[in-house]
Amino acid sequence: MSILKVENVSIRYITGDFKAIGLKEFVLRKMTGNYHVTEFWADRNINFTLERGEMLGIIGTNGAGKSTLLKAISGIMVPTEGTIYREGKIAALLELASGFDNDLNVRENTFLRGAMLGYTRKFLNEMYDQIIDFAELQGFEDLPFRQLSSGMKSRLAFSIACLVKPDILILDEVLSVGDGAFRKKSEAKMREIINGDATTILVSHSLEQVRELCTKVLWLHKGKQVECGYNVQEICDHYQTFLDESGESGDKA
Amino acid sequence: MKQFIKNFKKHQFLFEELVKRDFKKKYKGTVLGMAWSVLSPLLTLLIMRLVFTQFFGRNMPHYTTYLFCGNLIFSYFSESTRQGMSTLLNNANIFTKINVPKYLFVFARNAQCLINFSLTLSVFFVFCILDHVHFTWRFVLLLYPIVLLVLFNVGVSLVLSALFVFFRDIQYLWTVFTQLLMYVSVIFYTLDSFSPTVQKIFLINPIYLYIRYFRLIVLNASIPSLQYHLLLASEALAVFCFGCWIYKKYNHQFLYHV
Repeated sequence: MSILKVENVSIRYITGDFKAIGLKEFVLRKMTGNYHVTEFWADRNINFTLERGEMLGIIGTNGAGKSTLLKAISGIMVPTEGTIYREGKIAALLELASGFDNDLNVRENTFLRGAMLGYTRKFLNEMYDQIIDFAELQGFEDLPFRQLSSGMKSRLAFSIACLVKPDILILDEVLSVGDGAFRKKSEAKMREIINGDATTILVSHSLEQVRELCTKVLWLHKGKQVECGYNVQEICDHYQTFLDESGESGDKA
Repeated sequence: MKQFIKNFKKHQFLFEELVKRDFKKKYKGTVLGMAWSVLSPLLTLLIMRLVFTQFFGRNMPHYTTYLFCGNLIFSYFSESTRQGMSTLLNNANIFTKINVPKYLFVFARNAQCLINFSLTLSVFFVFCILDHVHFTWRFVLLLYPIVLLVLFNVGVSLVLSALFVFFRDIQYLWTVFTQLLMYVSVIFYTLDSFSPTVQKIFLINPIYLYIRYFRLIVLNASIPSLQYHLLLASEALAVFCFGCWIYKKYNHQFLYHV
């Protein structure tokens, strides 16, 4: 039984006039027939399944629809067409720092962010010291979040997020954060979670990482599924060739 | 409904943390902090009392209590809707990245306003004592309009916050509208000089219904009719359900507009 099943999923994005034009403009343009909304398919007919313990790497250039697909899998968006079957608890770490509030202090932010990730108060009370220890933020607990350095912020974000025990883990380029020692520590921690029995989906621009970690690869290009399968090395080779040919030096964003 | 309650239970911890966050942010950097919740309505009351007794010569008995009833209800309504309106947009960076129920932000903000309201309400009762208002068992009935007012405010906030995501103009329109509403809510004047037909027209305004309920109980020690109760309940429920419906319908579209 698959733990995640993505069937014929297409996601349509709308852009254009509707955004922040105001009520007057909206009515005017509607009346004069000047109201244009452009649609485009961020993802088109995506199909794949994942079994427990598998690790899927999603590769593709910018604008390939990777993040949109992740949003649909985590339930933030709904697919325009097709269905997604998922089982168990999903933890989507799309952006580690979202949900933090600059005006609150470290302690308050830990609880707020923890609550957003679906932890219970009891769990957080127990783990709080461990989180602060791991983030190396002892003595900074009463400082407002805005006064932390960006390194400290990402360390805290990572330390909270890495306590997840999901059935499906979704990572958008967040294998490791920080510098030097913390980078090693966080990567080790992440691998520990991945090697547990969570099914993981990883979006990465680092092909080496994908080659090394993933058991399955999905290659997207402009919303379309180019290749998908267990032949990780082969697909990565194809993608590398594609990148070399199109003259794009793997994107950095 | 059952599903809804189950879902809310699941997110109760997040809800509490959001309320705390809103509360802390509100009084951040103020010297008096939470005391402002009590002070600012009192100051408004003081000004209104001064203006209307000194300049307009209003001398009805219990005028302070009469005025306070109006202020109490109206400021709760205007504050919770005004603040509720921007909550969804302000939390856009959260719900575009994490899968949490969006109504939670509106609920949390309203809960914070409700805490404020309860503080003002206790001051109101102190004023009633000072004004020698006769306390009766009927005061318990005040719970009825309060519960409905909470529902009503949450409903309006849901509608406004959804509209606000689509049209930012709403905030200016709403400011003007609440001002208009304040003048027709019979806060500082009485309806005695109007004909019975005109007096009935005022009842279209739901906020006035709440204010009138309070005054009937507190000042006249009389209980409004059954129809009056039903009218209040149906209005509040209608608005609340409409708000929920909008959220259900547009739940997945907010994302495109923020």
